[in-house]
Amino acid sequence: MTGRAEQGGPETVRPSRSGARQASPGRIRLKRAGMMALRTLGSLAVTFLGLLIITFLIGRVLPIDPVLAAVGDRAPADVYDRVYHEMGLHLPLYQQFFDYVMRVFQGDFGTSVLTSRPVLDDIVRVFPATLELATIATILGVLLGVPMGVLAAVHRGRWPDHCVRVLGLFGYSLPVFWLGLVGLLLFYMKLDWVGGPGRLDAAMEDFFEPVTGLILVDALLQGDMEVFRNAVSHITLPAALLAYFSLAYIARMTRSFMLEQLAQEYVLTARVKGVSEARVIWRHALGNVMVPLITVIALSYAHLLEGSVLTETVFAWPGLGSYITSSLLNADMNAVLGGTIIVGGVFIGINLLSDLLYRLFDPRARR
Amino acid sequence: MSKTDVIGSAAPQGLRGWLSTDTPHSRFQARMGRLWFGWLTFRRNRLAMLGLSIVLLLCAVALFAPLLAPYNPVQGVLNDRLQAGSAAHWFGTDNMGRDILSRLVYGARYTLLVVVLVAVTAAPIGLLVGTVAGYFGGWVDTVLMRVTDIFLAFPKLILALAFVAALGPGLENAVLAIALTSWPPYARLARAETLTVRTADYIAAARLQGLSHPRLIVGHIMPMCTSSLIVRVTLDMAGIILTAAGLGFLGLGAQPPLPEWGAMISEGRQFLLNQWWVATVPGLAIFIVSLGFNLLGDGLRDVLDPRAGGNG
Repeated sequence: MTGRAEQGGPETVRPSRSGARQASPGRIRLKRAGMMALRTLGSLAVTFLGLLIITFLIGRVLPIDPVLAAVGDRAPADVYDRVYHEMGLHLPLYQQFFDYVMRVFQGDFGTSVLTSRPVLDDIVRVFPATLELATIATILGVLLGVPMGVLAAVHRGRWPDHCVRVLGLFGYSLPVFWLGLVGLLLFYMKLDWVGGPGRLDAAMEDFFEPVTGLILVDALLQGDMEVFRNAVSHITLPAALLAYFSLAYIARMTRSFMLEQLAQEYVLTARVKGVSEARVIWRHALGNVMVPLITVIALSYAHLLEGSVLTETVFAWPGLGSYITSSLLNADMNAVLGGTIIVGGVFIGINLLSDLLYRLFDPRARR
Repeated sequence: MSKTDVIGSAAPQGLRGWLSTDTPHSRFQARMGRLWFGWLTFRRNRLAMLGLSIVLLLCAVALFAPLLAPYNPVQGVLNDRLQAGSAAHWFGTDNMGRDILSRLVYGARYTLLVVVLVAVTAAPIGLLVGTVAGYFGGWVDTVLMRVTDIFLAFPKLILALAFVAALGPGLENAVLAIALTSWPPYARLARAETLTVRTADYIAAARLQGLSHPRLIVGHIMPMCTSSLIVRVTLDMAGIILTAAGLGFLGLGAQPPLPEWGAMISEGRQFLLNQWWVATVPGLAIFIVSLGFNLLGDGLRDVLDPRAGGNG
């Protein structure tokens, strides 16, 4: 991407009178796209640096002594001093920060005190659980939320609209952890329709060898239908719960985008031309809504990776959220900060991706 | 439009007439008149009135908690532990034999405290950052907005978790953590509002009169941002309540034996199967209060900020 910008550079700055005409429009567009990409990358780098500064400062103001945490409080003074120097704590703050950034870029988040393994290994181990949950929830949220938003916009002010509004209002007001507990009480403890906490039954967990960490995928690949069914029964409730919150948001946004589109003149033109109402709504209007909707869906997906902290705690789901929380409760700061950086990084990455997709699909944004 | 409704009927006398007059005699009277018409519009929205009632009820319960609570919220009678709802204990008792209703009533204080504290810390920070950035523009704007974007890029709950980890669990630190994570949207909003008024004639006139930058910002720009900010803060209050309750639930907010609603749910978790009321009743309270703030925020938006009518 950077190469493109440099390529386009000399072409357009040529100071000839007919320069504007000579530089082909394609080149200009390429240069603009390159500049845009550069700017995006630049702001991305600054944001990520900010993320590192915040986590570094949090790690520094902490009342926990990192040396004591490593050597224990009965270590002799010379050992303490040695470790103090090994950790680089005698260096000036900016140098410590520089070292910290270098280590993070090498994927070294330190060692978890709790599991005494590198934090990155831990995160790689727990992340698939979160990913699986958030992905299924987002798919459900999109499949249900988009049609609901469309129906609400088409039947504005009538019962489908009111239903979506109430659903959204409840979604913004219900505590997710409480809803999870009530769901467990009803559908697991009383009715026994779904599996309980965890990703698999405890008995099954010991026998199953995960490959990718996505149990549903692993079970299918290994052709183990019993494990697959069990995993589905366990993921149903937490995924449905997260899907509800994602659905509330997606339906609300779809509705307002659709209202905007349905008031446009091209909709009127299509209707006058005799295009069927279904085609006008689902093809013409929704087609134009899909572009801004990408950003909304990406944002909701990113939030699910975050919001699942509480859901994972309720459902004892061994994902990133439970990892961060349990590390936090055990004052395992390397793990907490590493997890924070990863989540922040994923968040930034998804935002960037949605930005790029937006540019790709909307010709107006490519100017 | 409500103006003609009131005046058209018959020239009203007394306080109502004073409020709805076309020719106010003082700035105070004009302001009160504006508020009055806003209230008339607001009153027509039944859902918003429901939201207002819920919020007022919460305030009343928090204020008069010692009078309303039938029992001590912290000390229980162990013989009465885990009882179901009855005439003596409307919502039953928890594992320490404490009356759940009394704990709910006192818990209203903590919920209200968190909401108010976050609002009075985060909103002014955001307002200041946003107006300064928008007013000065240039590199000030770039730097301040970049910092804002960094905080926005963080998932809110995770950042709050990290702050609580650094500061230590507790109600005050939870408030601080939530405030530190909730100011960026306000800064964005205030900046956008500032940009629209920055080049207005009245600002140029005030500047020509020799007003200093701080006075211009505080006296002439900030007031223009407040109405949309109030709407936004009200709409965010539900989110603040949910975040605080979430931190309490995780054991990082209010610590036992404080009757904070999120912590109460967490304590009731282990008795979910047989004594479901211990965990579910506080959740209902959180839900109702959040709903109240959401309804109130929607209604306020329609009155104060008709442009942003999100429902189209």
